[in-house]
Amino acid sequence: MNPAAGAQVIPHVEDYLRFLPEIVLSIFGIVVMLLDPLLDEERSQKTLGALALIGTLLALVSVHVMARHPGLAFWNMISVDSFSVFFHFLIITIAALVILTSYEYMTVQRLRAGEYYGLILLGVVGMALMSSAVELVLIFIALEISSISTYILTGFRLREASSSEASLKYFLLGSFATAFFLYGVALMFGATGSTNIMQISRVLQSSVPTLSYVAVALMFVGLGFKIASAPFHIWTPDVYEGAPAPIVGLMSTAPKAAVFAVLLRIFFQANAPGRFWLIWVSAALSMTLGNLAALVQTNIKRLLAYSSIAHAGYLLMAFAAAPDIGTSAAMFYTAAYAAMNVGAFAVISHFASFGERYVTLEDYAGLGRRSPLLAATLTIFLLSLIGIPITGGFFAKFYVFSAALKANLVGLTIIAVINSAIAAYYYLRVIVVMYMREPRDDAPLAPLPAALGVALAVCLAATIYLGVLPGGVLNYTQRSAEQLVQIPVSHSARDLPPEIKLRQGRR
Amino acid sequence: MSTALDSTILTLVTFMPLAGGLLLILVPRRDRDIRIFSLVVTLLTFVLSLHLPVHLNRSQAGFQFEVNKQWISSPNIHYHMGVDGISVWLVVLTTFLTPLCVLISWKSIQERVKEFFILLLVLETALTGVFTSLDLFLFYFFWEATLIPMALLIGMYGHGRRAYAAIKFFLYTMIASVFMLAAILWLYAKVGSFDFITIQNAIRNGQVQSFGAAAPWLFLGFFIAFAVKVPLFPLHTWLPDAHVEAPTAGSVLLAGVLLKMGTYGLLRFNLSLFPEQSQRNAWWIAILALIGIIYGALVAMVQPNMKKLIAYSSISHLGFVVLGIFSFNPAALDGATFVMLAHGVSTGALFMLAGIIYERRHTYEISEFGGLATPMPIYAAFFLFIVLSSLGLPLLNGFVGEFLVLTGAFQARAVYGILGATGVIWSACYLLWMYQRVFFGKVTHEVNNTLPDLDRREKAALWPTAVVALLMGVAPLIWLSMIDPAVQASLAPFAQLVSRAVGQ
Repeated sequence: MNPAAGAQVIPHVEDYLRFLPEIVLSIFGIVVMLLDPLLDEERSQKTLGALALIGTLLALVSVHVMARHPGLAFWNMISVDSFSVFFHFLIITIAALVILTSYEYMTVQRLRAGEYYGLILLGVVGMALMSSAVELVLIFIALEISSISTYILTGFRLREASSSEASLKYFLLGSFATAFFLYGVALMFGATGSTNIMQISRVLQSSVPTLSYVAVALMFVGLGFKIASAPFHIWTPDVYEGAPAPIVGLMSTAPKAAVFAVLLRIFFQANAPGRFWLIWVSAALSMTLGNLAALVQTNIKRLLAYSSIAHAGYLLMAFAAAPDIGTSAAMFYTAAYAAMNVGAFAVISHFASFGERYVTLEDYAGLGRRSPLLAATLTIFLLSLIGIPITGGFFAKFYVFSAALKANLVGLTIIAVINSAIAAYYYLRVIVVMYMREPRDDAPLAPLPAALGVALAVCLAATIYLGVLPGGVLNYTQRSAEQLVQIPVSHSARDLPPEIKLRQGRR
Repeated sequence: MSTALDSTILTLVTFMPLAGGLLLILVPRRDRDIRIFSLVVTLLTFVLSLHLPVHLNRSQAGFQFEVNKQWISSPNIHYHMGVDGISVWLVVLTTFLTPLCVLISWKSIQERVKEFFILLLVLETALTGVFTSLDLFLFYFFWEATLIPMALLIGMYGHGRRAYAAIKFFLYTMIASVFMLAAILWLYAKVGSFDFITIQNAIRNGQVQSFGAAAPWLFLGFFIAFAVKVPLFPLHTWLPDAHVEAPTAGSVLLAGVLLKMGTYGLLRFNLSLFPEQSQRNAWWIAILALIGIIYGALVAMVQPNMKKLIAYSSISHLGFVVLGIFSFNPAALDGATFVMLAHGVSTGALFMLAGIIYERRHTYEISEFGGLATPMPIYAAFFLFIVLSSLGLPLLNGFVGEFLVLTGAFQARAVYGILGATGVIWSACYLLWMYQRVFFGKVTHEVNNTLPDLDRREKAALWPTAVVALLMGVAPLIWLSMIDPAVQASLAPFAQLVSRAVGQ
């Protein structure tokens, strides 16, 4: 703990630097919102999109600044360590890719762009903040910022009833879920006398009150809803089907990554009790229900919705494993999953055309002939979702499974292995339809716009990079996992300033 | 010069096709250019790969041309490649067949030409990688990587029920290899390394904890993955579908090389890592292999479809390989390895021949033909030569391997040898009967009278196989002199087992 932090009323300059990405994103979000009424419809789309993109790129630069100033900020509410830097980088990159994807999508769908980009940026503030917050109340606020903006973004296809329905459904159920989380936070405060994760961890190390089990379970309900893990997953297919395709790419990856970060902090950093069966059951259910339901889907957005439930299940497996390898496996998985899923939804959003008409599997028939490049790209993302070598999905699964095996979770691993075999079938079905069926409509597709091309290229490069040279990212996640887990464990380091702790962790 | 090349040659041979495939993405869609480019790349790869047998040191049994670099530090995965006398020939077989595949697909592939050749080149890299990897993880990586291009080749360029066949192929092999992955991960958890040689030494020195209890399961884990690929009866049902629907080049590589991945795996991993388990399980595996030999032959005999007939004949021939591998004596193992190579050449050629007639008539039904020797004499001559080589006529390649396998099987258990020997008779029956129905007699269908004989490109694709088939038959020592030391090395633990048993 920073000894001076308690006495200080005005935050230190360093505190702001540790919060810089959020500041940059907020400023750009507000500017986009303010500029919107001043521009006419045609100009607003281009200008605001570009502005939002610049915002995310600047935020990425500021993540770099933030990474140079590790430590606690704002009265121990925020912790900048390589763990939060990783998730900041991931979430903001996802946002940038989604903005690139939306650039063309919004024009094609004839939607007014202003608030859209603003909401993405502000939502990302919440998501990014979630990954660095170590104070449960702040986590709650960040969760709400991110959730509310996604509720609105879900309903952005104004002309479609399904979109409004999705938004309302998501909003009602989502608010309910956050209430659970808040209740869990309150009980945790009752059990340990603190809402600070490090403080909680210290209390839980000496004794584990029964109440804290209930608190953890309630928090898990709230967070489980956000990551769409069974049995809190019912909303997912409807919402994914109704929401604009690029937004599905965003909400299936960025908020999930953020919530996974929170879960990792609560489970591993705060050493929450009773996590094992909670996660075991939820992981097994998510994989199995998600994959079985996906088998019969004919709408590609719904198919990927169920697949995302299944992937949440694989990812949760890592949480049942040992803290250090579990954390690093989970971090790697979120990154790999983000690369392939954002990419897949970018392809879908391009192919959907006006009013998202083409989203059934049948529409994909013969895509391999009509647009070889797009089909090949989607194929690689789908192969990565299956977990075939030379794609990131392979190593992601590999690390999670071996983490689970190391923790002797043989039963869960067997369930997961069977599930990945089932999953191969429905992803393959998409590939089969694209390549082995005749196209219904021979008209060539609209040419690939540059912005989307860039987004796809980045996703593709990331997927292949993680599949061929996973070492760099993995080393990073391992280091951050060690740091994350080490803080409560090393008693001697407890009262040193965090900078020194971090340096020790790095050794 | 040769020393500088020795450490990079395997990398070059493995990745040159992939590099070619990636370059091909950039080549504009002019089909002719694409074909020529692919031919040049595959031929260059073949020439390069000849460096391996030429410079392989025969007096040294272990792996040669090794490269060992760290790929990923945690988990401890190495880019470890190397070949011995067995795998070197499988690499050459791969690089030998691929240019022929390019030639044979020259005209039959008219649509999505670029994608076809990209897939073919990627497949070549994956196949070569399987035979050169000495790191279990790297091996698994290439093993799985072969699946996608092959499934896509079947699914995109195949015949009628291609999608069904492609998915069946994919799921069968993928699900089976998951068991292998589990076994590999278990070994890694205990040994801390994926390195084949490290794991082998650890097992032999008894340094692996609770290995005894896990060994039967580990053996089975590897075995299932390989048995599906071979394919061993009763896991063979994907093969006829895949073959019948696949385009010619797909069938050639499927029968010629992909199936050998299974037998190579059995030989390299099951035998070397789990000698005791291999011996304990040999009886039922040998029985399955014998069922495969006889059942495959009998089913082949009644096939009305030429390609299906060849597919079932593969099941029968590969049964010999498995029988040889699980006989645990040098003659049988030498023979098994030799059959792998001979079958690759002969059956590859048979599928090319079937493809040639399909291009002309768009059918594989034997009843559609008859008397083809009259309009297509050169074709008939090539076909006869390859049929004879496949059924094991002395002085041609099929004979040497099967003879050695049967000798070895007799040594192991006479009844295996006797039952196996019937397989040779069966194969003569179905192949010659098929040949008779297709080529002899009068021309039964009017269209067949006007069929053009082989053109220069087709001859260019067939001549190499015929020459190699003859060469392997008259000078098998070229091959066996390299295979034998490697085989002896992989049999070393069995000699120990025997001496231990005798000592007690």
